[in-house]
Amino acid sequence: MKLVSAIIKPFKLDDVREALSAIGIQGMTVTEIKGFGRQKGHTELYRGAEYVVDFLPKVKLEVAVGSDKVDEVIAVIVKAANSGKIGDGKIFVFDLAQAVRIRTGETGNDAL
Amino acid sequence: MSHLIKHALANAYKNTIGKGLLVLTGLLSPSLVMAQDAVLNSGDTAWMLTATALVLFMTIPGLSLFYAGMVRSKNVLSVMMQCFAITCMVSILWVVYGYSMTFDVTGMEQGVVNFNSFVGGFSRMFLEGMEVDSLVYAIPESVFMTFQMTFAIITPALIVGAFAERMKFSAMLLFMAIWVTLVYFPIAHMVWSGNGGLLWDWGVLDFAGGTVVHINAGIAGLIAAIMLGKRKGYPTTAMMPHNLNFTIIGAGMLWVGWFGFNAGSAVAANGTAGMAMAVTQIATAAAALTWMTIEWLSHGKPSVLGIATGAVAGLVAITPASGTAGPIGALIIGAAAGLGCFIASVKLKKAMGYDDSLDVFAVHGIGGIIGAVLTGVFAFPQFGGVWSPAEGVTVVGQVVTQIKGVGFTILYTGIVTVIILKVVDLVVGLRVTEDQETEGLDLSMHNERGYNL
Repeated sequence: MKLVSAIIKPFKLDDVREALSAIGIQGMTVTEIKGFGRQKGHTELYRGAEYVVDFLPKVKLEVAVGSDKVDEVIAVIVKAANSGKIGDGKIFVFDLAQAVRIRTGETGNDAL
Repeated sequence: MSHLIKHALANAYKNTIGKGLLVLTGLLSPSLVMAQDAVLNSGDTAWMLTATALVLFMTIPGLSLFYAGMVRSKNVLSVMMQCFAITCMVSILWVVYGYSMTFDVTGMEQGVVNFNSFVGGFSRMFLEGMEVDSLVYAIPESVFMTFQMTFAIITPALIVGAFAERMKFSAMLLFMAIWVTLVYFPIAHMVWSGNGGLLWDWGVLDFAGGTVVHINAGIAGLIAAIMLGKRKGYPTTAMMPHNLNFTIIGAGMLWVGWFGFNAGSAVAANGTAGMAMAVTQIATAAAALTWMTIEWLSHGKPSVLGIATGAVAGLVAITPASGTAGPIGALIIGAAAGLGCFIASVKLKKAMGYDDSLDVFAVHGIGGIIGAVLTGVFAFPQFGGVWSPAEGVTVVGQVVTQIKGVGFTILYTGIVTVIILKVVDLVVGLRVTEDQETEGLDLSMHNERGYNL
């Protein structure tokens, strides 16, 4: 099992969710986060005082999938979240040791 | 004090104030009015009841919101609390001795400089002699007293923006109590109490409070910002306004309330009040558009904070001129204030390095000075003004008089404010601790949070 953690632009969230649903992904977790990469921050100006805002709002989307599906999930996210501009985000993939569905006690792939 | 003497004082008082206000509005010569002839005018009274409510509305909630939006979210309650507490405290001080110190005319004589040219006496403490049927001009004295009280409230509240996010609440209260006593009441007395008042006798034109309210608060704010020192992390840390929605709502409320402030200063529902309303609208719009345009050209984008600040700058600048300027004068005064206050807020503050958190000096100090000086020009009929200058009064002469009034106010307020802050610092200490500042004043001073989302 793998945990796919994708940092994307907030306004791409709906596109990504739809694309993942279309390939049968049934659940995901979304967190509003802040961060920066090569895009760096931007500046804001208040009465002439310039502030550099380092951390930009992003969305972190986490999906737990069976190892056989992980490449497809990554491909779908890359396609849906891509705007071609700097700041589109990154995808990180982790090995997932265990998954449990709390209601039934199912474990492993059955719990996904 | 016997009842008879009290009555006589009250009568003398009414008489002079009545005359003073008539000169102010420039409608009738003083000799035409006698206190004995004064009768209540219900139209005037209705308008002044309304104007009084409008001016209070400027402070709570107008100014409170305007300021609250500009601080960081951890300090939002502290500025609202400060404005609210000042409103309560100054109301009481006004009743106890403020009204008396400002408008008691005992001992005043036209052209004679004596102690009472600087400050009123104490015969009207606790509103002594104010009855249901006491009149000032053609409105009940109770209405006049409350109307003037709202001016005494907003002036110290304006200063709050200069030391926002770092002053101890106890120190703030103590400072404000002494400041209104030693600065606001005397300056208001010198400018507005009528014949024998120092600045009044100089011939300074200040219809609704350019010197009394705005220069006064602006200078005190600058001194306070310097003496308290910069906020921790200023100017390297980003200190962005946390909610500009509040700020633009507050600016809108200030604008609306200002009709009470300026048009109400006619103390009558008449042509002067009407013209004051018109020029207030014109100057404010001109200043807001000027600020927006300059910002757009120099920084690339027109900002909400910019247009709101520009509007307040215009309101400030037209205040002293609102009883004497005409529409064209208002346009020019507004545009000048938009430009001047923009430079002060964006360039001057950075160059000088002081941390006037919410630009009290740039907007009220500079805007007040621009307005006060230009009042001397645009009062004259040849510059579109509606004032009838006394014989021999020239434009240059009047401008010099205005500058003299500005200079006196800056010096008096500056010196006395320094002394008061020193004393308060010795007694309770001005600043919160570094930890309290980092935690935010809402929690450290008031044990509350503005937002529990």
